[in-house]
Order: sequence, then C-alpha cells, then structure tokens
Amino acid sequence: MPEVLIRAESLTKKYDDLLAVDGIDFEVFKGECCGFLGPNGAGKTTTIKMIHCVLPLTSGSLAVAGMSVSESPREIKKMIGVAPQEENLDPDFTVITNLLVYARYFDIPKSEAQKRAENLLKFSQLEEKRNVVIDQLSTGMKRRLILARALINEPQVLLLDEPTTGLDPQARHLIWDKVRGLKKQGVTIILTTHYMEEAAELCDRTLIMDGGKIIEEGTPANLVSKHAGEEVLEVDYDEKVVNMLKEKFPDARLEVVGDRVHVFTDQPHGVFTSFLESFPTKSATVRGANLEDVFLKLTGRKLRE
Amino acid sequence: MTPSQESQGFRLPKLTYRVWKVWRRNFDVFMKTFKVSFFPPLLEPIFYLAALGAGLGALITQQIEGQSYIQFIAPALVSITIMYSSFFECTYGSFVRMYYQRTFDAIIATPISVEEVIGGEILWGATRSLIGGTIVLGVVAAFGLVSTHLITSPLFVLVLPVAFFSGLMFSAIGICFTALAPNIDFFNYPQYLLITPMFLLSSTFFPLTLLPKPLQIFAQAVLPLTHTVNLVRWSLFGHGELSYVLSLVWIAAVTPVFFVLAINLMKKRLIR
Repeated sequence: MPEVLIRAESLTKKYDDLLAVDGIDFEVFKGECCGFLGPNGAGKTTTIKMIHCVLPLTSGSLAVAGMSVSESPREIKKMIGVAPQEENLDPDFTVITNLLVYARYFDIPKSEAQKRAENLLKFSQLEEKRNVVIDQLSTGMKRRLILARALINEPQVLLLDEPTTGLDPQARHLIWDKVRGLKKQGVTIILTTHYMEEAAELCDRTLIMDGGKIIEEGTPANLVSKHAGEEVLEVDYDEKVVNMLKEKFPDARLEVVGDRVHVFTDQPHGVFTSFLESFPTKSATVRGANLEDVFLKLTGRKLRE
Repeated sequence: MTPSQESQGFRLPKLTYRVWKVWRRNFDVFMKTFKVSFFPPLLEPIFYLAALGAGLGALITQQIEGQSYIQFIAPALVSITIMYSSFFECTYGSFVRMYYQRTFDAIIATPISVEEVIGGEILWGATRSLIGGTIVLGVVAAFGLVSTHLITSPLFVLVLPVAFFSGLMFSAIGICFTALAPNIDFFNYPQYLLITPMFLLSSTFFPLTLLPKPLQIFAQAVLPLTHTVNLVRWSLFGHGELSYVLSLVWIAAVTPVFFVLAINLMKKRLIR
C-alpha cells in the first residue's frame, strides 16, 4: 500500500454564499502525480490553496504528512513548493535575484541558496537570462522561472496550478519534460489543469471536480475506458445515418454536438471501420476515445464563466 | 472551532524574526533604486527652506516664541518628510505590492505568515521615515550653518528615534487605508482629507495658538503630525508648543492600536 501524504476528509470551503469546495474526501500518495481536473469554478484552486495553508478551511480536515494545515502551517509550507496560476514573480528584481530572495524567505543560507539558484537556472534553461528583469521575459520563461522558484526549498510536494495555461506547444512540452523529471526524482506532484492532454500525459491518477465536488476518480486510462469506451465515430448529423447507427450499435451512446453526432462504443477497435466500409459516409472520422470525452461527458458542455 | 478559524478572528499578531525578511526585500529594492529614492527627497526641503524660510520669512518680521519664521518651520519640514515617507510607502507602495505585483501572495506561500508580511511592511515604512527624516535633518543643519541657527539643542539626534516611531505610527495608519482600499484611487481620500490638513494645521507653518479654539483642540487630540512636529521641535531647540510628555504618551498610545488594527484588517482582506 503506498504511503498517504495528503489526506482530506469532508474538506469544505465556503465564501460568504458560495460553496467553493463541498465536503470532499481524497488522498494523495507519496511519489504520485495526481491531477485535479475540472471546469472553471470547480474548486481546484481553492483546494490547492488550502493544501498550502494560505486559505483557512471552513470545516473538515486536511493533513499533509500527518500534520494538520490549521495547526502546523509553517512546517507544511517548508516542505511544499507552489507554482501558482497567476504570475507573481517579483518585478522589482532580476531572474537570479528572484530565486535568491525567495530562498531567503525559507531561511536557506546564502551560499546554499546561490548553489541551488545556479542549478535551477540550468534546470529551467534560463542561464542566459539571469540578469534580466521579469518584465522582459516571455510567458514561457516566466512559467519556467515560477517552476524553478517553487523548487528552491527542495520540496517533497509540488503544487502546480495550471502550469501551462497560455503557453505555446514548445514551452508546454518543456514544462512537461521537467515535471516528468521531478516525478522520477520522487517528488509528489499535484497538478490542476483543464487541458486533458496534459492530464493524460503527466498524471498517474486524476480526480475530476465540478461544482465543488469530486465527481470521479481513477487513472486516465481507466476513466477513458469506463466512460468513453474505445473508439469514437464522428459524423455529420443526418436522420438516416443516426437511425442506421442506432440499429447497428444498440449499446452505443450517441451524442449530438452542434451539427455533428458522436458515437461512443465499448466494443473493440475496428467496429466503426468495418461499419464505414459497408455504409460509406462522407465527413465521418473515427478516433480513439480520450480524456476530453470523459471530461465533457461528466461535466457537461455548458460554458463556465 | 479549529485553530485556523480562531486565527481569522481579531487577535494580537504573532510575529517572529521573519518580519525582517520582508523588510529586507523592500530594503533591497530601495538600494537598487538608491539614486532616485535618495536624491530627489533631498531637494524638496531645500526648496521649502528657500521659498518659505528665506522668501516668505522675510515678510514675517514678528518672532514666534522668540524664534524667526525659518526656525519655526524647520522642524515642520523634517516632520512632514517623516509623515510622507511612511504614509505613502504603506499606502501606494504597499498597495502596488499587494494588488498589482501580488508580492504578498508569493511570500505567504513560504513559511512567512500574513501577519509577518504586514509587520515587515510597517517596519519598512518606519525605516523610510528614518531615512527621510535623516536626509532633511542634514539639509536643515547645512542650511542652518549659512543662515540662522536651525538647530540649537545638543539633543537634536533624538530626531532619529522620533522619526522611526512616528514612522511606525504613520505606516500603521497607512496600512489600515490600504486594507480598506478597493482601488488605488481610493488613496485620494486620506491624502486630501487627512494628510493635507495635517500638513497645514499641525503647528507646521504657524503656531497652534493662532487657530480657533475648537481647531486647536482638534489638532492636538486627533492629528498625529502635531505630536511629531512638537517632538522634533523639542529635539532641535529644547522647547516646543506643547509638553513633550503629552506627545510621547500620545504616540505611544496610538501606535500600537493602529499597528494591531492594521494587521487584522489586512488579514481580513487577504485571507478569506
């Protein structure tokens, strides 16, 4: 049985009238990468902020390494690294000074801080930018520096709140590489994202949140086969085709999205291909089911603002 | 009730040595911009002394309690700088760090608590007053060498502790406004409704006794700058308009109240 590092029981956070986190229970195991997925306003960031002790709980309990967040915030914050969603690097300092000043907040001695900062500059590929002020960094560089800063205290737990939002694919893949490397070193990672590809790529386990509750949990692969099956057929909406599909795949789930029909099936690969061979339909595509299908099925297609 | 819920309520702040790490961050930024943060403030009192002391003062031949006009306003110039340095640092400066730069959010993700962040901001504001007060004291001393004596008491170095402790008071008051400010324009209220009246009415450019009686009482009872000016005047000349004991007690009583209030209001704003 893997060791539990973070445990939440009936964890609740209420702001005035808004129930942001609604009595959730979850565990995060040592060394895993656990993803919190959910639409905007699902309660992901609120949960993250309670884990690193900057938001008090309304009720329930939350423990990190056996310590309660309300009783031992300093001890917990010492062992956690946080890469927040909103960029909050210190614009009054250069890249290297950002790391050194942050190290000082953790009581890291100067010479040790210098050593770690050098290593982290290398790690985040910012060595050439060491003396540049924050304003002059690109979004991708800022994200890398935020990640580097989160590692200055050599944390056992790393909280990544939407680490790649707004990044181009190159910058995103670089962050993913770094996160995988950290996982290999045994760092426990909690990641929030609404990019399903990112969750599938990085997470050992995902918790799907909506409306302050955890509505599903499992490995990305299990969630896909449980909720979306193997393959998805997408075809332009046409009554005749739909009726034919219903007849041919009585167990399949049909979903109308705009003017397209999505057909989900548990049956093994190839059923759609053979179907299309007998009834050639223009505009039809067959693709593998993915986490995004699961996400949309569970949280709906309604826009969240 | 869990401890975290308790800590959300009003309480005396729990501060550790970590307040100095917040102070140090601000000090480092200040030192980086030393040239702009040091030299312009040096010029302002020179202009005031030239314009009000030499210029306006030439028209005022009447002595004020045995002093020339320029001697009367010299302590006021030191005191106004003390007030401005900390009040603006802890309103506009702190608001920018809190709201636009999200510096406080970054710091409280480390072992430093919100209470310590605000404690550090207030200490830094007081340090700005000490720096500003020292600069103007130097200018006043230099000016005094070429015209009338603007410092006659050997105890003039007491201006430095007066600057620091008045700075604590003005910083704490400033942070209270910052905690309540919905946006940065809000600071127009304290600036024009509190700072400007203090600038003009706190025994600065004319003696309190010239004010109508109710305003005199108001200036002594409510305006903090009155007591800073009084203590600086005592330090420079060995006498003042009011008893120095009154002013010491006033500042010593008001500062801790605003200090505790400032930290609690900020906690309420930052931790919901």
